[in-house]
Amino acid sequence: MEIYLDNAATTRPYEEVIDFQDRIMRECYGNPSSLHGKGFEAEKYIRYAQKTFADILKVEEKELLFTSGGTESNNMAIIGCAEAASRRGNHIVTTALEHPSVYNPVRFLENHGFTSDTVSSDEKGRLDLEALAAALTPDTVLVSIMGVNNEIGTVQPLADAVRIIREKCPEAVIHVDGIQTFAKIPVQPKKLGIDAFSVSGHKFHAPKGTGLLWVRDGIRMNPLLFGGGQQRDMRPGTQNVPGIAAMAKAAEIENADLPEKIQKMYALREYFIGEALKIEGVRLNGGLRAGDFTLSEDPEECAAPHVVSLGFEDIKSEVLLHALSDRGIYVSGGSACSSNHPNVSRTLKAISVPNEYIKSTLRFSFSYDTTQEELKTCIEALNEMLPVLRRYTEGGRKKRR
Amino acid sequence: MFSAFLIKYGEIGIKGRNRHIFEDALMDSIRFSLSKVPGDFDVTKEQGRIYVKYSSDFDYDSSVAALKKVFGITSFCPVVISEDKSWDVITKASGDYIEEVYPDRNFSFKAFARRADKKYPKHSMEIAAEIGEYLLKRFPELSVDVHHPDVSFNIEIRECAYIYSIEIPGPGGMPIGTNGTATLLLSGGIDSPVAGYMIARRGVNINAVYFDAPPYTSERARQKVLDLAKIISAWCGPIELHIINFTDIQLAIFEHCPHDELTIIMRRYMMRIAEKIAWDEHRMGLITGESIGQVASQTMQSLRATNAVCHIPVYRPLIGFDKNDIIEIAEKIGTFETSILPYEDCCTIFVDRHPVTKPNVHGIEKSEHHLKGIIEDLVEEALRTQKVVVCE
Repeated sequence: MEIYLDNAATTRPYEEVIDFQDRIMRECYGNPSSLHGKGFEAEKYIRYAQKTFADILKVEEKELLFTSGGTESNNMAIIGCAEAASRRGNHIVTTALEHPSVYNPVRFLENHGFTSDTVSSDEKGRLDLEALAAALTPDTVLVSIMGVNNEIGTVQPLADAVRIIREKCPEAVIHVDGIQTFAKIPVQPKKLGIDAFSVSGHKFHAPKGTGLLWVRDGIRMNPLLFGGGQQRDMRPGTQNVPGIAAMAKAAEIENADLPEKIQKMYALREYFIGEALKIEGVRLNGGLRAGDFTLSEDPEECAAPHVVSLGFEDIKSEVLLHALSDRGIYVSGGSACSSNHPNVSRTLKAISVPNEYIKSTLRFSFSYDTTQEELKTCIEALNEMLPVLRRYTEGGRKKRR
Repeated sequence: MFSAFLIKYGEIGIKGRNRHIFEDALMDSIRFSLSKVPGDFDVTKEQGRIYVKYSSDFDYDSSVAALKKVFGITSFCPVVISEDKSWDVITKASGDYIEEVYPDRNFSFKAFARRADKKYPKHSMEIAAEIGEYLLKRFPELSVDVHHPDVSFNIEIRECAYIYSIEIPGPGGMPIGTNGTATLLLSGGIDSPVAGYMIARRGVNINAVYFDAPPYTSERARQKVLDLAKIISAWCGPIELHIINFTDIQLAIFEHCPHDELTIIMRRYMMRIAEKIAWDEHRMGLITGESIGQVASQTMQSLRATNAVCHIPVYRPLIGFDKNDIIEIAEKIGTFETSILPYEDCCTIFVDRHPVTKPNVHGIEKSEHHLKGIIEDLVEEALRTQKVVVCE
């Protein structure tokens, strides 16, 4: 038995996606830049992918760039847009909850003449809009805000943030890291009023090594790579045709009947959290109920459907993670991308999770294939294992003797 | 250009009538080490010298790297062999050698000659003098310095002529397998791989035991230990790693013994199990990476308490080393980078906030008394379910 609850780390590619990519690799191996028929055949798949994403995001096809994944999309948007705007100013604003693929390019730019400010957030992980307004200066050329946080699943009040930014810095480029947002919260970047949006394929059942960056027409951006002219020289290099086409196929499948699927997932999330909080010494990080891109008066209304972050009192998360793993239940401790670093999660610190819970936090993340049955099994496993594991920790022993 | 290596071995040369045992072990080690490098070669013993002779093209750099890891070699020289020993041929070969090996010839040298082939028409003094003269004439920028030459140029007349001047230091020590066998307690830390390396360097064949504690330790922590064993196997030869599931023993200790003594008691059980493994294979000792005072469990008192359960010698080659000294060796042998990967090992996960630093054996034995009737079966079970992996 395998219960995969680590879908915010990566997902299992859909069968149709694997078959589609497989067929293209076998049959349509041409170079989309080649003039002959084989090349044109390959180019058609690129066009198919462009059209698919343009339809889903309601943007122009020519505004889309295919990349190797979320990290590249974020790097390109941040470094490329900041550098292109460096004559207008040298100030960047981000939030305290960003992924390392946003956080570190900003550190890179700081070493190259830029300055930056980090906007704090409340204890649910929503960025502080007043602090955002205060951080903006006439020199601000780029604001990068994550759409949905990868560790705790908080949806940011992007619509409010955009309004504030446009008032104070109409020229600033607004980038949204949409890697955990795409196909989880319906999003139309143009309607939202942002300028750049990053997507990663493997978060929605496409192959790894595929990604997308939307940049609004008219926004100036420098390329990071230099080569033979592909993708209008903004992202040269022979396109990964099978991967790009497979990513489009996955996006198609994932976005079909999206509102119903999202609603169903929120119901599962509510069930899971309800059951989990019945267990002694369990604490939820982030919001309880569904959120959208506006700041709700109820602080609990800010959650994405697919991420649940729970703290387990007196438990080292790594131990619980391995114990679950032994039963075929796969979850993450904090954020999978940072699990190789011993330092504690920046996100959990930013939302003031008490120290004793920071190292006791697990992330459960769902896909549209996750079933209530699976979640029930997971809850049962937690119910069984937590008392046993706590018997062998100092704190657990004292309290529950 | 080079077609052979001349292997020099200092310490084993003096081993009297056992000499051939040491030489044969050294040749075996060389064969094992070079078997992973492309190239066809023969390891031969001729007139008290060991040669590695290549009959095909070979990768010079990786061969040198491999030989640098063969214990027992004090140094080795890449050699040019000329089968034609006629005087004109070997003088020209000597000149060509200098030309190729030393693009910048602004140095002093001294020519050394040996004549093992006593039928050769020139004796060694003549050979050295005349080669020197030839080289000076062909490369006027060279100079001769018989006291402190920059380069010692060697020519040896045997069944062929051997020309060499470069001497690469080896790791020293004694060939693996010439000094008995022992069992290394290998954790994922910095110290234990270094300890294994140091004892193996004295010619000891080692196997290793790792204490796994799922789910408290991860599969990656185990993989890290496998990786470490593989790295040191380049020096020590293939290592049999015994993986013991230690979880239940640890939990029993946690449940029944005072928590400030957990680490000491845990280490005593590790020693007992390691000794059992060593015993089953007639191994003569245990090896640990302990160093006095490094952590609470390595004070003199703690070491005594841990040592009290052992019946065979426990070798602690790092006992007087500072951490920095140990790290220096770990970096040299290539284990450091792997050792510092941040995965929990079973020593760190159950550690008490204030462990005892001055345990007394009697007190510890008393605490262990609480385990009676439970622990014996657990130890038995741990040994029964051990897994053995060969790392090389």
